[in-house]
Amino acid sequence: MAATTATQPTASPRKSRLGPALLPYLLSLPALIVCIGIIIPFFTAVWYSLQRYNLNLPYLRGFVWFQQYIDLFSDPSFWHTVQVSLLYTALTVILELLLGLGIALLLRRPSTLHNIMSIALLLPLMVAPAIASLMWKLMTHPDFGILSWLIQQVGVTNFRWAAAPSSALFTVLLVDIWVYTPFMMILLLAGLRGLPKQPFEAAELDGVPASFVFFRITLPMLTPYIITAALFRMLDSIQQFDIIYAMTQGGPGDTLMVFQVMAYLDFFQNFNVGRSAAVLMVLWAIAYILSNVFIKHWLRLRERARGAA
Amino acid sequence: MDRSNPVTKILRGLALLAVGLFFLFPLFWVALMSFQTNEQILRIPPSIVFEPTLSNYWALISGRLVSTAGVLEIKFMGNLWNSVFLSTTSVALALILGVPAAYAFARFRFRLSEDIAFTLLSFRFAPPLLVLLPLSLYFQDIGLTDTYVGLIWVYQLIALPLILWIVRGYFEDISPDIEHAYRIDGHSWWKTFTRIALPLARPGIAAAALLSFIFCWNNFIFALILASAGKQPVTVGALAFVTASGIQYGQIAAAVILSILPTLLLALYAQRYLVEGLSLGAVKG
Repeated sequence: MAATTATQPTASPRKSRLGPALLPYLLSLPALIVCIGIIIPFFTAVWYSLQRYNLNLPYLRGFVWFQQYIDLFSDPSFWHTVQVSLLYTALTVILELLLGLGIALLLRRPSTLHNIMSIALLLPLMVAPAIASLMWKLMTHPDFGILSWLIQQVGVTNFRWAAAPSSALFTVLLVDIWVYTPFMMILLLAGLRGLPKQPFEAAELDGVPASFVFFRITLPMLTPYIITAALFRMLDSIQQFDIIYAMTQGGPGDTLMVFQVMAYLDFFQNFNVGRSAAVLMVLWAIAYILSNVFIKHWLRLRERARGAA
Repeated sequence: MDRSNPVTKILRGLALLAVGLFFLFPLFWVALMSFQTNEQILRIPPSIVFEPTLSNYWALISGRLVSTAGVLEIKFMGNLWNSVFLSTTSVALALILGVPAAYAFARFRFRLSEDIAFTLLSFRFAPPLLVLLPLSLYFQDIGLTDTYVGLIWVYQLIALPLILWIVRGYFEDISPDIEHAYRIDGHSWWKTFTRIALPLARPGIAAAALLSFIFCWNNFIFALILASAGKQPVTVGALAFVTASGIQYGQIAAAVILSILPTLLLALYAQRYLVEGLSLGAVKG
């Protein structure tokens, strides 16, 4: 085998032999097993979603075709969940994108202060979202929370943060923004610093106004990064569980009942496996479409980064 | 942008200050709380001047919460140890399984390679509960519920796709010619892999390992569903601790600080790798 390699040194690297023919299969076998380990529960979930299956009423278990989905789609509480999840996703992605872009622009020019800031801003991203919720709970506690105290000083009394339906969404948004804006910032900052210098130097020489430079040069060149980052956050946000569960468990009432919290409660409180699986299948369908778009954009961006390097 | 007028300079400074305040104040404030007694925490108005105490940390480490209501046994240190153990072994296993596979995917085009890579990637973006809920029923049947083995197995869902995709990108960036030359010299593929490919891909492996460790450490939902108190990591344990301890706010703050300190320190220590890993290979710093 070494001989064949030696006689064809210029053969395509893909085809050339670096080892025995079975080697790649052997090397990727463990990954394949993990893959199968994921796919089995996935199809089990599909199977559950076509059943009437309640852990409390095992004798009623039976195959019902798409009845779970029909019931779900005629249930107003499901549409409430769809609405809350989409609103949560839209708000987090838009706000984090604007804020992340703003910060990236502020820190764009490399300097000691800017570099220290961009490292310091990594810290919230390193905090587990469930723990971050705990931190914000401590800060918004009605008795001693520093934020509760601060808004009282400016005259707002009776603001109950995550405990009131009117402000619960606002409070979890704050936590989500605190944790995930740095992610947007990092990706966009890296994108900004990687842009070619010439267009900006030319614009400066010609005295082009800053707003024109931003909207006609910076933004269009940064768009691939913005799309990739936004899609990635969308995928995470539509499935948000940790922050909402740790903060309010979907409450107060059903104010923050997003997909995964609904599925979790259906499973562990109502023991309704069939319905829980159907909710998750709907979420999976949304995530699947989003992830395909994301992967396409991400691979293209990666190719470009490769080409530049 | 360098020669901007003083007004924009001041505005930029204020904006930076606001950003720094919003993102760093919560960490600062909870850290302060962790060194305060309950009386100091409940004081109005709040003050940053106080006599610091280590009693909260001491209570967590000794596992005995003494309050007016009595003594409460807590296993927070056990949770902390679970986090260390679960994250470390999960990442180690994912490296052993994932790095050779990443190499195979980068170097050989063979049937199934893209299928495996894309299946793992697309399940990275699937709702975790979709896999977890059926798995929790299976685990009950085969006795893996509430075991380290079961948890480490499930944590591969987090670590393996990351390692596979990030490391694969690094292997693809290395020219195969070097490996060919080494092979022609008569070395085995294993030697080529360990002596040439692995060292060259080390930054990528470090970035992927660091990132997977942090994601495993910060994971909440997996252990919430598959582990009971004895095997829970800090993310789930801290939440349970809040319910149990009730009004011991100083200790809650100390628990928060102990839970986040490892990832924060790791991030500061290796921030270059972190940024590279976080941008998913989309950006080469």
